[in-house]
Amino acid sequence: MATGLAPRLTLRFIAIGYLVALVMVPLGMIFYRTFEDGFVAFWEQVTTPAGISALNLSLIIVAIVVPLNVVFGVVTALALARGNFRGKRVVETVVDLPFAVSPVVVGVSLILLWGIDGWFGGLADHGIRVIFSLPGMVIATIFVTLPFVVREVEPVLHEIGDEQEQAAATLGASWRQTFWRITLPAIRWGLLYGVVLTVARSLGEFGALIVVAGGVSGESQTLTLLVHARYIDDHNTFGAYAAATVLMGLALLTLFLMTLLNKKREPV
Amino acid sequence: MISVKGVTKRFGDYVALDDVSLEVPDGSLTALLGPSGSGKSTLLRIIGGLELPDEGSIEINGEDATAVPPQRRGIGFVFQHYAAFKHMTVNDNVAFGLSVRKKPKAEIEDRVGELLKIVGLAGYAGRYPSQLSGGQRQRMALARALAVEPRVLLLDEPFGALDAKVRAELREWLRKLHEDVHVTTLLVTHDQEEAMSIASRIVVMDNARIEQIGSPAELYDKPANPFVMGFLGEITKVGDDLVRPHDITIRHEPGERSHEGVVTRITLLGFEVRVELMLGGGNTISAQLTRAEADALELATGDVVWLTTEGEGVLPSQALPEERSSEAEEAPA
Repeated sequence: MATGLAPRLTLRFIAIGYLVALVMVPLGMIFYRTFEDGFVAFWEQVTTPAGISALNLSLIIVAIVVPLNVVFGVVTALALARGNFRGKRVVETVVDLPFAVSPVVVGVSLILLWGIDGWFGGLADHGIRVIFSLPGMVIATIFVTLPFVVREVEPVLHEIGDEQEQAAATLGASWRQTFWRITLPAIRWGLLYGVVLTVARSLGEFGALIVVAGGVSGESQTLTLLVHARYIDDHNTFGAYAAATVLMGLALLTLFLMTLLNKKREPV
Repeated sequence: MISVKGVTKRFGDYVALDDVSLEVPDGSLTALLGPSGSGKSTLLRIIGGLELPDEGSIEINGEDATAVPPQRRGIGFVFQHYAAFKHMTVNDNVAFGLSVRKKPKAEIEDRVGELLKIVGLAGYAGRYPSQLSGGQRQRMALARALAVEPRVLLLDEPFGALDAKVRAELREWLRKLHEDVHVTTLLVTHDQEEAMSIASRIVVMDNARIEQIGSPAELYDKPANPFVMGFLGEITKVGDDLVRPHDITIRHEPGERSHEGVVTRITLLGFEVRVELMLGGGNTISAQLTRAEADALELATGDVVWLTTEGEGVLPSQALPEERSSEAEEAPA
């Protein structure tokens, strides 16, 4: 270990310099550009119809994806942690797959499946549009965020073991009562942490959405797509900065919650 | 009364219980004693409904309970590592069984207060398990199990995770509690001293089978086989006999069926004296005498003496239990 003063200062300088150059400066620049002309100019860009619609859509996707991931994630984590079944290894791998697969690939595969020429393309004839509309965006977001709740809850379930659940059973609790009164309170911080990660990832998702979301302004444009559209298509760089700052604000909020939860999550 | 009839349990290829039958009388305090891997915990968990037997049946009070889920068996179960509900206060832990039965609040409050008094945790109702010592947590777990007025109390190595002093205190406390509450109690332990000091009946298990059932005195004085003899106390081999060190009589002159030996070492252990002797064939054994006996004999190292074995506990040693008894001593907590 570096014990002298000089090596310690050098290490610190390298670490901080790296973070500043790669993270702080770029993000700070956006922040600076956004508020360069004052808060009013920022507010005008954010509250355009397209801006409000994009924020709404991003939040709606989060609102749909989070409950689905919570239910699916807890059920899967319980099955993996408490059960011993054939193909458990395969399920473990499939759960991790979204970590490995690029979101663009996810978007393309969804078009193959749900697009007009895809397996479920016939649904469009019945007025159910998946691609280029909300369902497609939700499915894409679920795909990329699927592992978070499972991966946060499963280790907690392993750690607490099943003795408390067995004790509850011997005391007369049905499995429902055991779940709500014993299991869920025991995993609550891990679950919340998984939710926060899901929210952060959902808000930030871009690669899969740019393929499956039509990107129609005011309709199928999330905040990330709005930033992209304003910057690339509209050459409205200031508008892009403003929308990016909103995204950053939401991200900082989730980061703050994450830090709080991380403290709570530490075992007693 | 609990009746276990011909229960067999396998985990894959491993046989945990092999055709085990047992009756536990009402109101008794019975210990299931055996080394780790003997099947005693599995038997307890099957009686509690936490495991299903592959063959055989369980009856509780004359009713077949083999397929009855643990919720409806009328049992209280206490785990080695307490299984405390960590996010609940002591009060809520003890109240749990009553609260899932939707009992009136006032009734729950009274019963919990009463139980906390019995287990000596009256001032701790508002604490969380993490704020209690191990002994306190286990007393809380006992109160929680007793709250639902079980017909049978099942304890799985309840004191195994506690240090020696607390363990001895809780043992004594549990014995008294049983005298007051009188619920049929089945306790799993690998500690023969614990079983002897607490139980009125001991079931000795080894290798998925029951070796012997009896009172502590019966098992100690009349062990059915070398395993039981070795598990319940020290043994030593004199000639062809297995014998407890205190059942060896030492004399200065040969007698009928006596063995010649040389005193190699004398150790004073307070009230007792341990005499190590070398027998013919280089076999070293140790005998235990009272201080008075040893003084009367005026033994000294190098003395040539003659030993006889007397007492009810002498077993012919067809099968030498040395390996198995040393295995038993290694039984982990």
